[in-house]
Amino acid sequence: MNRSLRLGRLRAGIELKQFFRDRESALFNFMLPMILLIIFASVFANQLIGFEQVTFAQYFLAGMIASGILYTSFQNLAIAIPMERDDGTLKRLEGLPMPKASYFIGKAGMVFTAYAAQIAILLIVGVLFYGIDLPSTPYRWFTFIWVSVLGLLSCTLLGLAFSVVPKQGRGASAIVAPIVLILQFTSGVFFVFTQLPTWMQNFASFFPLKWLTQAMRYVFLPDGAQVVEASGTWDLGMCALVLGAWTIAGFLLALKVFRWSARGQ
Amino acid sequence: MPAIEVRDLHKAYGDVEAVAGVSFDVEQGECLALLGPNGAGKTTTTEILEGYRKSDSGYARVLGVDPGRGDQDWKARLGIVLQSDRDLGDLTVSEAVHHFAGYFDNPRDPDEVIHAVGLAEKAGARNSKLSGGQRRRLDVALGIIGSPELLFLDEPTTGFDPAARREFWKLIEELKAQGTTVLLTTHYLDEAEHLADRVAVIARGKIVAFDTPAQIGNRSEGTAIVSWIENGIEHKESTTTPTALVNELTARFVGEVPRLAIHRPTLEDTYLSLLAKENEL
Repeated sequence: MNRSLRLGRLRAGIELKQFFRDRESALFNFMLPMILLIIFASVFANQLIGFEQVTFAQYFLAGMIASGILYTSFQNLAIAIPMERDDGTLKRLEGLPMPKASYFIGKAGMVFTAYAAQIAILLIVGVLFYGIDLPSTPYRWFTFIWVSVLGLLSCTLLGLAFSVVPKQGRGASAIVAPIVLILQFTSGVFFVFTQLPTWMQNFASFFPLKWLTQAMRYVFLPDGAQVVEASGTWDLGMCALVLGAWTIAGFLLALKVFRWSARGQ
Repeated sequence: MPAIEVRDLHKAYGDVEAVAGVSFDVEQGECLALLGPNGAGKTTTTEILEGYRKSDSGYARVLGVDPGRGDQDWKARLGIVLQSDRDLGDLTVSEAVHHFAGYFDNPRDPDEVIHAVGLAEKAGARNSKLSGGQRRRLDVALGIIGSPELLFLDEPTTGFDPAARREFWKLIEELKAQGTTVLLTTHYLDEAEHLADRVAVIARGKIVAFDTPAQIGNRSEGTAIVSWIENGIEHKESTTTPTALVNELTARFVGEVPRLAIHRPTLEDTYLSLLAKENEL
């Protein structure tokens, strides 16, 4: 176990280096929330979204943080792992004296570190340039942390499982990115959730992103804003339940389907 | 105990028998070259021994361990250079070699290894910017970083220029001198002749010849080819008694015999005739 952890840390370090040096990955998995925040918050400036004096930037930040969870874990892994399967990374690792657990520890280490850095930059940009208010109570900070952890965990496992879907590394992003985009549009990242058609709201409720976005609204919006939520409350219990269920499902799925080599090999 | 023992190994993909009953030993400290056309079963055989694939039947021991059940202590004693890797492009040579040293308990010194494979000048370059030959040398560096007892080299010098190939041979000879066992797969017969103590020619999943490079296919006893020009026509004669033929020629010609040459079949000639024989069967 000691060795798994030690080599897992070694993996996390090299994974991070490669994550940031790969331009595509640095742009679409790391920088995108910052870029979108700057664009949307600049366009809509201090426009209020109609309740409790909440600015669009403040509302949008919750969606960008939730999206950051999805980008750094699910989108990142579901695109990178098929490429690693193609370019010989996984085969090389299989031939090393390394417990397989170290590979997954390394991936998780990369995901959590990249997310932490991303959120730090996002908050600094938001506070300095767009007048965003940080969470107002310790309990909101606590919620921020457990929602982030549970969200990253479930979406990391789902990313590992989904990595078997793209047949080749090339083209993986064409399969994964649209899925993320559809979830973002239906989960209230770009629009106020309750202004979406009901069927869209129902669709999004099956997936983690809607619940992550909603929980982040609890963290960043004033309490009075919850009347605009679908159920009129923040529904944190339901959020924990859905994320917990996806974590278990993701774990079982990843365990069953994850492969080190391409199909037919 | 031999470093590798293989007995009657079989592996089929669907109806195709990629490995159809292969047996051989590789002694400790020996370099064995596996030769054969593409699709002959070389890589499948190698990958079974490396632990990547499971054989359908047969017996295999690599450093005394069944490669299908090799644990990490076993893997720590192997060095594997696979065919055509394109990974690690965003790291530098130095970063990659230092990183992979971290998986082993007794690695070689990373900077020494970079030097040994001739990449010292490229140590700070991104791996994606390396030429084909430089990239292969990086793969070799990563294969030997753990100071392996047994090194698998699968077509290691593809894309090398002649000078780089000579450098690479020197490196492998140094490793051999330190006692490393090498299983080499190659398409280059001069490489096999230079590095291998013994060669095994594989065709259609079977070993059709197994001997030292000098002896394989009865090379040492074989005929020699004498060629010369007479009346403007090139003559070529295969003979088991070339000296007698040359004596006869020197008696017939006054002075020099035009363009006189005698050559023994090269390993390549022998290899090709072995394969041709195999195809007739």
